[in-house]
Amino acid sequence: MGVYSKPVLFAVLSAAVILVGTVVTVFIPMLMPSTQPVSDYVKPYTAVELEGRDLYIREGCNNCHTQTVRPLRTEVLRYGEYSKPEEFAYDRPFLWGSRRTGPDLNRVGGKYPDSWHYKHMQSPQGMFEKSNMPPYGWLAEARLDTRYTRKKISILGYGYSPDEVSAQIEAYKAKVTDAAYESKQSRDEVTPEELRGELTEMDAIIAYMQKLGRDVKNLEAER
Amino acid sequence: MKESPYEYQVVRGFTFSALFWLIVGLIVGLWIAFEMFYPALNLTPWLSFGRLRVVHTNGLGLGFGLAGIFACSYYILQKLTRTPLVFPRLARAHLYLFNAIIVMAALTLMAGMNTTKEYAELEWPLDIAVVVMWVMFAVNVFATLIKRREKQLYVSLWYIIAMTVTIAVLYIVNNLEVPVNLFKSYSLYAGVNDANVEWWYGHNIVGFIFTIPILAMFYYFLPVSTGLPLFSHRLSIISFWSLIFAYLWTGAHHLMLSPVPEWIQTVAIAFSIFLIAPSWGSVVNGYYTLQGNWEQIRSNYLVKFFILGITFYGLQTFQGPTQGLRTLNSFFHFTDWVVGHVHMGTMGWVTLTISASFYYMIPKISNNQLHSIRIANVHFWLILVGQLIWTVTMWIGGIQQGAMWKATEPDGSLTYNFLDALASLYPYYKLRFAGGVVYFVGIVLFVWNIIMTIRTAKNQPLNANKEV
Repeated sequence: MGVYSKPVLFAVLSAAVILVGTVVTVFIPMLMPSTQPVSDYVKPYTAVELEGRDLYIREGCNNCHTQTVRPLRTEVLRYGEYSKPEEFAYDRPFLWGSRRTGPDLNRVGGKYPDSWHYKHMQSPQGMFEKSNMPPYGWLAEARLDTRYTRKKISILGYGYSPDEVSAQIEAYKAKVTDAAYESKQSRDEVTPEELRGELTEMDAIIAYMQKLGRDVKNLEAER
Repeated sequence: MKESPYEYQVVRGFTFSALFWLIVGLIVGLWIAFEMFYPALNLTPWLSFGRLRVVHTNGLGLGFGLAGIFACSYYILQKLTRTPLVFPRLARAHLYLFNAIIVMAALTLMAGMNTTKEYAELEWPLDIAVVVMWVMFAVNVFATLIKRREKQLYVSLWYIIAMTVTIAVLYIVNNLEVPVNLFKSYSLYAGVNDANVEWWYGHNIVGFIFTIPILAMFYYFLPVSTGLPLFSHRLSIISFWSLIFAYLWTGAHHLMLSPVPEWIQTVAIAFSIFLIAPSWGSVVNGYYTLQGNWEQIRSNYLVKFFILGITFYGLQTFQGPTQGLRTLNSFFHFTDWVVGHVHMGTMGWVTLTISASFYYMIPKISNNQLHSIRIANVHFWLILVGQLIWTVTMWIGGIQQGAMWKATEPDGSLTYNFLDALASLYPYYKLRFAGGVVYFVGIVLFVWNIIMTIRTAKNQPLNANKEV
């Protein structure tokens, strides 16, 4: 009964035993490039999309929405093409989720116009009486904080220069504040007057929504 | 009366902490259960479901669960080594740091600072504090084990050692992240790897917090509270090593049909099925310990907590592997079925076992009788019935939801839109809330019973940590 009277040896043995499965199923796959393939058609998030993604994280949207369409007939019918590994190469952290209180969002990009999202975020129950999604109108009342965007992009290694990051932010701001923006009316309805000329958190999270699955849809369209 | 040489103040401190976070976590749980069918309750950003859900899981898993584990581990450790804690002041610092972390965890999560990785949502400064806290615990455990007077290490100590070692590996690997600022970081891993690491962690943190140390309690408190020796020492050895070996392979059963490489999923399924054996090894060991003495389930109020607890553990460890099978998983995954599964483990197995352990331990360290066995019995029936209403409701709801997602018309089109399936669940959500209320009342009685036991204790110096 040697090991049962030697606590340190026992701890070392336990560590060795738990590391076998860990090494085989977690560490080795991490060293294999095929686990997380990178593909040209999948583009990294732009500055505003990334900020939107961080808001999705802040609000814990992943607690109710998944972002993996499984290769099942009814799932593909409901959401679209099933999820491929290369789509997630820029996702840190991954946001697949574990529970579908709300629908999967991995193919939501381009499914609805921005105006739909402004209205829906403001009042899910206004659009679907029986929805249980919390309203997120207050996102339109907060100016988007872009102080850390450059640093974030550089940590994530998306390859945009600081100038490109600024240009992306300015370009998106110009788009949504333009008088000709196709969702101007809905945006104005949810955005307080003093913020209509600024980028809000709502703008960013909608930019992120529209990015989800877009690369896959573009690829399908090309074919 | 002779003063006890053991450090019990920290045991009592962790017991109180566990009870406090249990109440807080359950109130948050009831709140979010109500939000599920009454979204107007999402009153402010701080109270919105997306932020509060993690306060519930962290508050109960880390706040209640861990505090209960630390309380019982410090007690079991000293008893089984017949040695007082080597560093009692370090243990008390551990207690304060623990509670500070849980308070900060609740506040930062409500403020939206989270990494989204399930059961590892805390941002990096708190991750570091958590690691420091575990090191403080580990130092005391190993110092006391090395200094021990009882040569042989009993089963419960194996489980405590395995927990300490494994949590360190899991927690550090999964929480490696690059800080942006004090409140925000990005995972070191991307996409598929991040998912694979997270569910290796997520599955095993449940294993090494909600299984391994709870088994340590079960293996210690069942024999001492019944006066019956453990049925088979050999079976406990086989169960232990095969359990901790197989557990680590199974994380990917949470990622079935996802973009994670198929072979990892298949290996996870195989090991999940294998895990039934060592899990049931402990169940069998528990049942057979009572062999010939089953009348104790009537005469000894603690036995029914332990036996029902280990029964739910047995059901849990059978249900888990079956729902990991690809075919069944494609139906059940992402539905409320899984939510029911988790809560059978936590509200059934974990809470029943910790409750009984406290009921045994607190009178012992307070030199007192339990305040009321009658209240303990009412507590038992309320949390049993509450949990059953809760979980059975979610299983039925989950089956309905899964069926509605998959239903198709003869022409191949979908029968229901997503909202139809959601709206059909509201009656279940209301019933689940009702089950939660019944459960909560039982827990309030439990807390009351423990507090009264300590308050009415004869004036006894509880922390007598001088040498005898």
